[in-house]
Amino acid sequence: MTAGWRLAGPRVQHVLSYWGGLGLLSWDVARNAWLPRRYLAHVVAEFDGMGVRSLVVAGTAALFTGMVFALQSAVYLSRFGADLYVGPLVGLSVLRELGPVLTAILVGGKVASGITAELGSMKVTEQIDALRAIGVNYVKRLIVPRVWAALLVFPLLTALADFIALVGGMLIAVYERRIDVYLYWNTIFYWVVIADLVTGVGKSFFFGVIVTLIGAHNGLAMTGGTEGLGRATTATVVQVSLAVIIADFFLTKLFLLL
Amino acid sequence: MRTSSPLARPEAPAAGSRADSVAPAVSLEGIWKAFGDVPVLRGLDLETPRGSTVTVMGGSGSGKTVLLRLAAGLIKPDRGRIRVLGVDTTPLREEALLPLRSRMGFVFQGAALFDSLTTYENVAYPLREHTTLPEPEVADRVHRLLTRVGLQDDVDDKLPAELSGGMRKRVGIARALVLGPELVLYDEPTAGLDPTNARLITDLVGSLKTEGASETAIVVTHDLEFARSVSDLIAVLIGGRIAQIGLVEAILHSDQPEVRAFLGGEAR
Repeated sequence: MTAGWRLAGPRVQHVLSYWGGLGLLSWDVARNAWLPRRYLAHVVAEFDGMGVRSLVVAGTAALFTGMVFALQSAVYLSRFGADLYVGPLVGLSVLRELGPVLTAILVGGKVASGITAELGSMKVTEQIDALRAIGVNYVKRLIVPRVWAALLVFPLLTALADFIALVGGMLIAVYERRIDVYLYWNTIFYWVVIADLVTGVGKSFFFGVIVTLIGAHNGLAMTGGTEGLGRATTATVVQVSLAVIIADFFLTKLFLLL
Repeated sequence: MRTSSPLARPEAPAAGSRADSVAPAVSLEGIWKAFGDVPVLRGLDLETPRGSTVTVMGGSGSGKTVLLRLAAGLIKPDRGRIRVLGVDTTPLREEALLPLRSRMGFVFQGAALFDSLTTYENVAYPLREHTTLPEPEVADRVHRLLTRVGLQDDVDDKLPAELSGGMRKRVGIARALVLGPELVLYDEPTAGLDPTNARLITDLVGSLKTEGASETAIVVTHDLEFARSVSDLIAVLIGGRIAQIGLVEAILHSDQPEVRAFLGGEAR
């Protein structure tokens, strides 16, 4: 085993260590998912940090995404005399893909890099070892509350972002393309079904967990002091973006099968 | 339950069997530990008798802190067996070690205070995690311990960043003692302190020992004066093994050349 490990070379070792560490952390989180009542305050605090403080980011991105999407699609739909369908096009795109993915990338990058920075600095200053030395389960105390908070925050933020994006689309449809506001919403309610909303919001549960686990793993696994902390937070943003996009493909396949 | 002494053990997780109370508090047998390709400990053996303060001395990078972290179960040995307070910790997983760790106190070299919590919250933290004491009793115990380590109530609301190095060390000691541990592990308690603060910490650790703050203590340091003041036994760690362990005077007048060379260098 040791000889094989050495033969694998540093790059393969790094990749295997990363995925192995992420897998072990996920298993630890699953085993420690049940929280004592005194830790519920930590879930609420994380909910505030992740969710309430991300409202502006998620809302602004959603508003302009909806507006841009309506602007682009209306131009091309009008060539076929179909600009009345701007609403359903924006609705389907936002609810199924853009809402959950953009929210996960933007808010996820912010949340995950924050988790990496906090856990990384706790590691550098031996605060995680201090928790362990006191006899505290650091996974239960530091990571599981964040996962629970993410499971609440990401679907809620996604639903809110969906709505704001639809409003953004409406602003363009009504004021730029002179589409009747009732027609905009009626076509959305006619063509967009509840499954479209469920698909998007359903994805966001997975995105929330992925984002939190990557952030936590990179914080706990960071090496190299404060310089390493900077590298770890940057890597977290990149990894979260890639992981969300890749997971989105597989989740889309999964939800289409269901 | 109201405790009469700041150093008495409050309601806390049940201690393990006392049947082996004559066994050493900490026993390290044939411990090997390497980081990458760099071996640090090479077959180290050390026993810490219950009720004694054993100081482990050694040069920088000799593995003193590694030894302490192994005893606390914060890292695992590559080979060898570790028994702490009657429990073989070698095969135990992290969760299984947690109840045992609540019977120990660990004083970190850099204090390792939780930087988002105030001084008061730092010291109260173990009580809130491991006991169901009502808040007035927690406050009472925290304040008595802070007073005992020479800090006044006005530090209650200060964050660790607002404290001096010596104050942080004292808060770290208070936090380590707040559950009335059976074993305290001190990692370089005087490192990085000016002579006045180093003297304060030395006096504090010495007086805590005489007051029975814990049954047993292991201290790692390269501060000879500190070791002389607080130790029952001194162990000298050289080349990844304990070169000699014995009473303070026996070590200070050792006839082993490597121990004499080490102490001579330290004493300069």
